[in-house]
Amino acid sequence: MLPALRHRGPDGSGVYLDPRAAVGLGHTRLSIVDLAGGAQPMTNEDRTVWVSFNGEIFNYIELRETLIKAGHRFRTHSDTEVIVHAYEEYGDDFVQQLNGQFAIALWDVIKRRLLLIRDRVGILPLFYTVQNGRLLFASEIKAILPLLPVAPRLSAPALDQTFTFWAPRSPNTLFQGIFEVPPGRMAVLEGGRLRESTYWDWQFPADGDYLNGSPEVLAGQLYELLADATRIRLRADVPVGAYLSGGLDSSALVALIRRHSDAHLKTFSIGFEEQSLDESGFQQQMVDHLGLDHSRVLCRTSDIAEDFPGTILHTETPILRTAPTPMQRLSGLVRAAGYKVVLTGEGSDEVLGGYDLFKEAKIRQFWARSPQSEWRPVLLKKLYPYLDTSGSQGKAYLRNFYGIGLHDPAYPGFSHLTRWFTTAQCKVFFSQEIVSALREDATNGLVGTLPPAFGSWHPFNRAQYIESKTLMGSYLLCSQGDRMLMANSVEGRFPFLDHRVIEFANRLHPELKMRALNEKYLLKRAMQGHLPAGILQRHKQPYRAPDIPAFFAARTPDYVEDMLSEHTIKQYGYFDHNKVRFLLNKARRGSSMAYKDNMALVGILSTQLWHHHFIESFSHAASAGSAASIN
Amino acid sequence: MDIRNTIRHYVLENFLFTDDESKLKDDDSFLARGIIDSVGALEIAAFLEESFGIKVHDDELLPENLDSVSNLVAYVGRKQPQPA
Repeated sequence: MLPALRHRGPDGSGVYLDPRAAVGLGHTRLSIVDLAGGAQPMTNEDRTVWVSFNGEIFNYIELRETLIKAGHRFRTHSDTEVIVHAYEEYGDDFVQQLNGQFAIALWDVIKRRLLLIRDRVGILPLFYTVQNGRLLFASEIKAILPLLPVAPRLSAPALDQTFTFWAPRSPNTLFQGIFEVPPGRMAVLEGGRLRESTYWDWQFPADGDYLNGSPEVLAGQLYELLADATRIRLRADVPVGAYLSGGLDSSALVALIRRHSDAHLKTFSIGFEEQSLDESGFQQQMVDHLGLDHSRVLCRTSDIAEDFPGTILHTETPILRTAPTPMQRLSGLVRAAGYKVVLTGEGSDEVLGGYDLFKEAKIRQFWARSPQSEWRPVLLKKLYPYLDTSGSQGKAYLRNFYGIGLHDPAYPGFSHLTRWFTTAQCKVFFSQEIVSALREDATNGLVGTLPPAFGSWHPFNRAQYIESKTLMGSYLLCSQGDRMLMANSVEGRFPFLDHRVIEFANRLHPELKMRALNEKYLLKRAMQGHLPAGILQRHKQPYRAPDIPAFFAARTPDYVEDMLSEHTIKQYGYFDHNKVRFLLNKARRGSSMAYKDNMALVGILSTQLWHHHFIESFSHAASAGSAASIN
Repeated sequence: MDIRNTIRHYVLENFLFTDDESKLKDDDSFLARGIIDSVGALEIAAFLEESFGIKVHDDELLPENLDSVSNLVAYVGRKQPQPA
């Protein structure tokens, strides 16, 4: 299994076996803290607790001190070692002591129990399957596949969820029978049974019960929390860089890093050929403001087509936009510069109220209170400029499209209906075989898993919860985050996802996150005086990469023709080959402007590539005595 | 090909991704069926301009003109120069 994970840990590897219990832990190492002493799997004083873990425990210094005072003896200076001692000290509750990002496999030799734990929000991956009474787990599915007796099959419900929510809904993966440990959860294998429990979830106050304090005071508290979250994420025995897109979040991070350290600060970003997607002007403002050593990699439209198959090898799941692909080039730039760690701003939009979707949901809620209003929906034109150029046409189409579900604003998924509806248009391409295998409406399936308190939350907080659990946890942090970073053996660190920041922000009145239609209000206030006005005032530019034009504007790569050919579409059986042919014709003509056409094309192509990489090319590991036998 | 068939084929192939004529009735509302959103309306406008040599003004981008095959046929008929 370990060779398949070499890209996640090129600096070393280790194995622990407990033959009496038929248990093994494996690890490939990316050396960041305690380079000499931090090898894994790691153990406690008397070798009765073992851990293999991927990630970082940022408060390890403080935890280590506390545990030493309680009598524990440490052998190394690594953050890994606090895990085994914390387990000794606190039992299963030890995870509450950790401030970090992690996927943990812990084996208790005496009690013969295995703990599989994922961090609170899903920064790092952890997959498992049960095969013939054997539990297999790994950071990536590609390490598990060779141990399966036969090729896995695609899960139709997971594909349906992908073409609704942009990714399978946790704990599902696109592979039947292979699951992930959801964020904030712990799975315990003991006495032959696997039991899961939640140790952390996004929580919001009942509507009205928010933090007290003036915006000025709360902005100050937010600033201090972010500053500390950043400070502890700079802890490393290797240099730490940062992604700098030029947007508010990455600019804030870089300013916070500078507050703690005058050391040479290297930042990285992507540039695009297409001017409307390029943000280099804003990046330069920050470079000049803070004296940064900034590097950019240009991602040409043709590069995306070239790199795309490799992207799917890493995501291990289909994607609906090409946005992850340039991120792999970006982490490659980081590696080439000799860096292993970058701080990056993901999570801010979810936690602090940055997305246009939240604005749209707010307008729709306002509109729903007076559904016949002519002018309320016109507010949407402020949000979506392309509507504004269409004269009076806007109204009928606005009403029809953005008015989805307006009759029932209390419906739990209200905030996300327009996105889910648009994405779900891509399902028109499903084959009859896939359609027949679907039993449950994907949206209702999600709504059924929302926490009991959900209905008591402010609509804005409900939108944040859904966004954090679906798009962020299952797509953004995985396919666009960890997988693209680890493809080049780079670790990303996310100060906005420090659980103290999240817990604080969740208790804020929604108006402090979105004041009217001014997004991330409190963050902007917190950063006033620390960032150039141009950065604070700029309109949010969502990160996007070219989709259909990447594959069809110039020469179409052979793999695209092959994967989307009638023969291959029929052979794999997931899509209707006739409909795909019409979509292809439309893409070739260059007349596709709609999001849904782009999503459909990228979604179909990536699903085909997924099948080609993982199902068609499946081969069972030949020898049971090899490293692949570790589970 | 006449106007009606040109329009039918365009909508079938570009929004329903099929050439099965039975999938689209002339009076089907595109909005009601969820086939076309506001961006799709702009695509149709571009198609009309290219195929029939007419100019679609901003204030003509209305469901009355664009929201079904029948409406589109009538709209094009009104816009095209009439024989003397």
